[in-house]
Amino acid sequence: MSILQDANRKQISNRRKVDMTLHILFLIATSIGIIALMALLIQIMMDGLSRLNLELFTNYPSRMAAKAGMKSAIVGSIYMVLIMAPISFILGVGAAIYLEEYAKKSAFTRLIQLNISTLAGVPSIVYGILGLTIFVRGLALERSLLSGALTMTLLVLPIIIVSAQEAIRAVPKARRDASFALGATKWQTVSRSVLPSAISSILTGVILALSRAIGETAPLVMIGALTFVAFLPESIMDQFTVMPIQIFNWVSRPQLAFHELAAAGIIVLLALLIIMNISAVMLRNKYQKNV
Amino acid sequence: MSTATALKTLIDIRDLDLYYGTYHALKKVSMTIPEKAVTAFIGPSGCGKSTLLRTLNRMNDMIIGTRIEGKVEIAGTDIYSNEVDVETLRKKVGMVFQQPNPFPKSIYDNIAYGPRLHGTRSKSQLDEIVEQSLKQAVLWDEVKDYLKRSAFSLSGGQQQRLCIARALAVNPDILLMDEATSALDPISTLKIEELVQELKHRYTIVMVTHNMHQAARVSDQTVFFLNGEVVEFDNTETLFSNPSDKRTEDYITGRFG
Ligand SMILES: Nc1ncnc2c1ncn2[C@@H]1O[C@H](COP(=O)(O)OP(=O)(O)O)[C@@H](O)[C@H]1O
Ligand SMILES: [Mg+2]
Repeated sequence: MSILQDANRKQISNRRKVDMTLHILFLIATSIGIIALMALLIQIMMDGLSRLNLELFTNYPSRMAAKAGMKSAIVGSIYMVLIMAPISFILGVGAAIYLEEYAKKSAFTRLIQLNISTLAGVPSIVYGILGLTIFVRGLALERSLLSGALTMTLLVLPIIIVSAQEAIRAVPKARRDASFALGATKWQTVSRSVLPSAISSILTGVILALSRAIGETAPLVMIGALTFVAFLPESIMDQFTVMPIQIFNWVSRPQLAFHELAAAGIIVLLALLIIMNISAVMLRNKYQKNV
Repeated sequence: MSTATALKTLIDIRDLDLYYGTYHALKKVSMTIPEKAVTAFIGPSGCGKSTLLRTLNRMNDMIIGTRIEGKVEIAGTDIYSNEVDVETLRKKVGMVFQQPNPFPKSIYDNIAYGPRLHGTRSKSQLDEIVEQSLKQAVLWDEVKDYLKRSAFSLSGGQQQRLCIARALAVNPDILLMDEATSALDPISTLKIEELVQELKHRYTIVMVTHNMHQAARVSDQTVFFLNGEVVEFDNTETLFSNPSDKRTEDYITGRFG
């Protein structure tokens, strides 16, 4: 008998059947997700494209759908991210550097670590309550843009810390050794060798975290961001609104025209999220080239 | 010839014990290492060669749970005393690792990394240091037109010479090399061995090698280690042609390790 002929052909054909069946099941599982998402996207496009015009970006919200836009919401979202980005970057990366490079590996450090990982999964409404207590009432910042941005910073900090820690940990030990062996201090090694190696990964994490904040509604509703804002915030202490809140407001009205406006708003929000995610991916690719 | 006595001692190690936690990695190690010569550490894997090398620039300090007893003196100063700060020590005692480990920066910035750490800012001074260091590492002619390129664009052997140049750029007295050729092809290895022969006129070189032939070719002094102990320490010719310890003879004739 040739070595390529197996006596056990029946068993092999059974294994192939299992293989095939599973293959099909996995394909179905994938398709359900994709088809549902596609259906949703198409629905939104059909509803919203007709309203996706310049007025959407230049007009303030209005009682009349024909004149309504989301200028204040778009600007509010952008301002919020602009305030959040530096604060959450500095706090998040600082904490990550401390935990990875400086903290002694003690039980206390492990406890902090566990807490941060847990915080990353806490429902966002809880951060809203926290923000209301600390910023709106405690520090008397009122329902301001600053309160909103700080609350959202709390929300994204655990995500940024964890991803920055991973980025820092991924820097090869050999690169630290090279720096120390040249007589570098700890901080020189961290700032000149570790961070430059980790920075694109860190930024990827920061961008993804910020894009999460752009889509969040609940914490801002909690701290009392307005749903109808016919002005632009002129200082960080002004009241404000953001895109998802504006969309929520439009969706909850009975008239069809407002639903179309909401769909158009969703398209704008999605476009922004996609742009942010693409830039995160591009940063990551750049990083992989450098390693 | 007896180079061991003719040369001036630079490093003096006396009754050195090193523990990783409870593991006794170096046992009562004593030796003197001469100035401007090549000293090779040989011995089977795990016998403590790298450990001893790392005590010379205190890279062991960073391994948690390391404890040492005994003395390591360089040019008469106890390097573990409080007067010595470790950054200055490491500036004077450079190190080249087993795997080439350039920074993900340009060739120029790799070399300039050390001088910048220690405060050199002027462009012309840095240019000068980069050129001199690359020339000393016999890499200048190959890279002089590509200084802005990433160090990763170099071959493994070139990267290792870059790492040597980077170590030289802070103007050390001593150069430690931990199996610096073991990841390289034979031709690159030969180039680095030739380079070491050149460098020993200006620097004191201590190299770990698992390759006895390399020790025999390149070094003036050889130290043979076994299980954390120095078995024999002599000038290279004597140690290889006329070992005084049976274990050394067994090792160099290939009966173990
Ligand atoms: N960081 C460390 N922690 C604990 N043990 C170590 C560490 N580094 C080395 N050792 C142990 O010390 C001994 C000597 O190691 P090393 O100096 O690397 O040997 P060599 O360089 O001669 O191969 C080995 O048994 C090794 O397992
Ligand atoms: Mg070793």
